Amino acid sequence: MIRITVDGEPVRGRDGQTIAGVLIGAGRTAWRTSQTGDRGVFCGIGVCHDCLVTVNGVEGVRACRREAVDGDRIEREARP
Amino acid sequence: MTHVAILGGGPAGLAAAQGALAAGARVSLLDEGDRLGGQFWRHHERLTDPRLQHGWHRFERLRDALARGDARVHVGASVWSAEATDLGVRLRAVVGAADADARTAVDVEADAVVVATGAHDLALPVPGWTLPGVTTAGAAQALAKRDGVAVGRRTVVSGAGPFLLPVAQSLALVGSDVVGVLEASRITALAAGWLPRPWELAGKAGEFLQYAGGLARHRIPYRTGSGVVRVLGDERVEGVVVAALDADWHPIVGTEREVACDAVALGHGFAPRLEAALALGCDLRGDHRGRFVVVDDAQRTTTAQVFAAGEVTGIAGADAALAEGAVAGFLAAGGALGDPRLRGPVTARRRARAFARRLERAHGIRPGWTAWVDDATIVCRCEAVTRRAIAERADVPLRAMRLATRAGLGPCQGRTCGRAVEAIVAEAGGAPASVGFDRRPVLAPVRIGEVAALAATDPAT
Ligand SMILES: Cc1cc2nc3c(=O)[nH]c(=O)nc-3n(C[C@H](O)[C@H](O)[C@H](O)COP(=O)(O)OP(=O)(O)OC[C@H]3O[C@@H](n4cnc5c(N)ncnc54)[C@H](O)[C@@H]3O)c2cc1C
Ligand code: FES
Repeated sequence: MIRITVDGEPVRGRDGQTIAGVLIGAGRTAWRTSQTGDRGVFCGIGVCHDCLVTVNGVEGVRACRREAVDGDRIEREARP
Repeated sequence: MTHVAILGGGPAGLAAAQGALAAGARVSLLDEGDRLGGQFWRHHERLTDPRLQHGWHRFERLRDALARGDARVHVGASVWSAEATDLGVRLRAVVGAADADARTAVDVEADAVVVATGAHDLALPVPGWTLPGVTTAGAAQALAKRDGVAVGRRTVVSGAGPFLLPVAQSLALVGSDVVGVLEASRITALAAGWLPRPWELAGKAGEFLQYAGGLARHRIPYRTGSGVVRVLGDERVEGVVVAALDADWHPIVGTEREVACDAVALGHGFAPRLEAALALGCDLRGDHRGRFVVVDDAQRTTTAQVFAAGEVTGIAGADAALAEGAVAGFLAAGGALGDPRLRGPVTARRRARAFARRLERAHGIRPGWTAWVDDATIVCRCEAVTRRAIAERADVPLRAMRLATRAGLGPCQGRTCGRAVEAIVAEAGGAPASVGFDRRPVLAPVRIGEVAALAATDPAT
């Protein structure tokens, strides 16, 4: 079991899951603001860049490719 | 001793590594994933349900061959540059957690390279497909296999090809209710592709029956000549419109019906990852309906010392990737095609290529799909470029069209929309397609700062 925060809210996941896996497992389907509404996972394998999040202050991390680590701070990104 | 670099650790790359080791070479294998296995054997030691893995023993054998042999394996290694040099080839990668900001540089110089970068699955645009809850079929599969989660509670799987069957099965096993699997091709196309010469299909037929049994057990309906033509919802998926499709995948007016669901998995085909092969100067064949690396019987590309294997040479499934990889690795290491050790792979490759032709005949993308995309539908997801914007500039060269509309210039660099944009341009009478959408100066996403720092410290530049 790991705990991360998403925009300050605690979310639990299973050890080893990707950030996208943790978020989907917690019932979240969208976590990025785009010009046409919210986005979450689309390709799931690092190709489409729809799932980008800020992780511990580093922008532009693909949530579907990055393994979540206990204590990670995830923040929403917005692109005009 | 010959040094063979292998780009990609899926079935093709792993088989290539084994082949190169068998022929007496030293091997360096690089893959951007955290684990070996590629798309087919995507896994996590604790999270993956073993029922979702196929041919796992084969994977273990390949992995063991690497561990025993003279091989260096770099996982988490994004190869951003590949070039042919006077002495052979040079690959440059950054290694570390995905998209981290200070990864380690790894350069590999080798006498030969096997490009085994595989493919990603391709979802055609559908009105409403940018809503959260719409994913590719591959994403649904990857999340189920790698992370043990379901993309939705009630999922519609729509697209074309046998790949939709394992996707539906995985979704069911991680607890999603699969409302249906919608296959765009009609039963006549399926029959033309799959019925002739059934003896060629020996192993495959069993695989299909296994999946068909799985669908029946979970009571998942399978419909042919049918597809999702619109996704409904306000802020997320609430349902889909399903229509019957004709032989060209043109929706048949009057057949539309609404189906409630909270997730849609779309998979209409596969698109090879060609950027490394293009950077190495390899010739391609085909057009926007399917562009692949040209190889000869030895899996040699048109660039000296560059070999290619797996889905980059054609979409034919994991068996083909394994067979081609075995040949490519063996020959890249200086082995001969006539070597008795290659008899098995060469036969398997012939069978797998026949399978690929059937796949294309039965499930290949048909042009009628553009009829379910209306003018306001977003085609380029990154830059929110609509079909209308693209069609209006169909008469200018592709490059100018892209600069004017920004189609394909967002973060994914046209990987997601490239084929669809080219099809819409072609349909509107535009310029003949080129490799424009497949050529990318940096092969895998790396941070500008990272590349700048590496270039500054590089003695060779
Ligand atoms: C998401 C997805 C799920 C699939 N699931 C199934 C399934 O369940 N059953 C089935 O029968 N078929 C499945 N397929 C098809 C199957 O994966 C292929 O037939 C098979 O994997 C092809 O093998 P390959 O070695 O050619 O390519 P891949 O398995 O795609 O391997 C290519 C590897 O190259 C690596 N790579 C590419 N570019 C770079 C770079 N620049 N730097 C570093 N590494 C790089 C990738 O990370 C990848 O691991 C799936 C395909 C996809 C896209
Ligand atoms: S979902 Fe496409 S890159 Fe993560």
